[in-house]
Amino acid sequence: MAPVCLVFWRAFEHGVGPAWDAVTTPSARHAFQVTLLIAAVAVPANTVFGVICALAIVRRRFPGKGIVNALVDLPLALSPVVVGLAFLLLYGRQGWFGTWLDKHDIEIVFALPGMILVTIFVSLPFVVREVVPVLREIGTEQEQAAATLGASPFQTLRRVTFPAIRWAVGYGVVLTTARALGEFGAVSVVSGHIVGKTETMTLHVEERVQSFDYVGAYAASVVLALLAIATLLAMSMFKPKEGV
Amino acid sequence: MAARAEPLPRLSGGSPGASIAQGLATAYLSLIVILPLAAIVWNASSDGRSNLWNAVSEPQAVAALKLTLGVSAAVCAINAVMGTAIAWILVRDRFPGQRAVNAIIDLPFALPTIVAGLTLLALYGPQGPVGVNVAFTRTAVLLALLFVTLPFVIRTVQPVLLELDRDMEEAAASLGAHPLAIFRRIVFPNLLPAILSGVALAFARAIGEFGAVVLISGNLPFKTEVASVYIFGRIESGDPSSAAAVSVLLLAVSFGVLLVIGAVRRWTTRHDDS
Repeated sequence: MAPVCLVFWRAFEHGVGPAWDAVTTPSARHAFQVTLLIAAVAVPANTVFGVICALAIVRRRFPGKGIVNALVDLPLALSPVVVGLAFLLLYGRQGWFGTWLDKHDIEIVFALPGMILVTIFVSLPFVVREVVPVLREIGTEQEQAAATLGASPFQTLRRVTFPAIRWAVGYGVVLTTARALGEFGAVSVVSGHIVGKTETMTLHVEERVQSFDYVGAYAASVVLALLAIATLLAMSMFKPKEGV
Repeated sequence: MAARAEPLPRLSGGSPGASIAQGLATAYLSLIVILPLAAIVWNASSDGRSNLWNAVSEPQAVAALKLTLGVSAAVCAINAVMGTAIAWILVRDRFPGQRAVNAIIDLPFALPTIVAGLTLLALYGPQGPVGVNVAFTRTAVLLALLFVTLPFVIRTVQPVLLELDRDMEEAAASLGAHPLAIFRRIVFPNLLPAILSGVALAFARAIGEFGAVVLISGNLPFKTEVASVYIFGRIESGDPSSAAAVSVLLLAVSFGVLLVIGAVRRWTTRHDDS
């Protein structure tokens, strides 16, 4: 906790005024909006996919299931810089789809779509990892009962399965959001650091440090640290109810 | 490592909903995960194996990789001991503010890595209040990695320790076993799989860490430059193929770590069944 207090202290060292000014500059505000926008796309995408993927992993047997399992975990173990490079090699100018994208005037790398894609990649495992054990534990008896009583698969999912896993989903969403808001390495590679255009909150912190504007950097860090603390609170809210 | 359920009877054939789920999951995974990784591997190997080898055996790359692996190994050793000790204190001891400490353990996970890096720079940097300036040294790299990997061992050992039956320890104590012998012969073997998977996760995280290291390490080639920073530098200077070559190496290590974790998991389940 001490390091975090220090950041708060450093940010407000010269009073609340300069700190407030630093986080309300147009570029800081824009960075904040970009971060929120990325999270607003990445989190729902990974939530929906996470539940679907968890269902597939737990309820189905299919060839290559072990590989799917390992692939879901890979973003946890992989360096974010490597992730960024991967997307650069796919969608960059010399990448696989580079010439095609160029011809159709679609920008992915050094633009928002690329940043959203890498964020989806790095925050992918969390919902899956939280939902899988719960799905294992609840078993299929209730679902089978519902099916015998004539419920359609969709009704079963909505009425039986989803209520059982909703706390796990909630916990997963909190973790996904934290990761999406705080991602730095991967986004840094594909964003191109265009101030006021493709700069996220985390990149803004780095850019402020590089230009020796420590008040700006600390002030933006405070915003991110507050989000982190909010995440911790949300986690402890969801945790005891896990597996209900 | 929560309670494992009995193997489930699976729906024979499966419902149509489940097959749709399977299809969607596979498609999404291929698009988001497999395709980019394929691009890296392909790019690294497209110029032939000798070029791949040349890029990896570049002195600066070798230095970065050596530093990364060395510091990560040190981080793992420290985490294995300290993580287990902290988990022990959190589970077995009662002290005021325990809940708060328990929540703070997750902070390095929730805090964006760049903020973690800035924080460490503020604390241990040139103007730090504690008066130790380790900025731009290898110690700084070690500290940054210790900070971001703190939760892993604690969070894998804690649930196992919570579930561990104290009867065995009490029985051993009543038979006159020394506390140290109890730990070594009873507690430690039970915790070992959890410690191992925690350490493996920490290792994977440490070798790939970027945000927390980039500010405080100074990124001096041959001295404090870690592998991910080296890759980043290669990308920035327009040399994606050698970046891809080193990336493939990191990718292979990450995959290896996941295999180790999977093996540990299977090993513990086997113990449960018997």
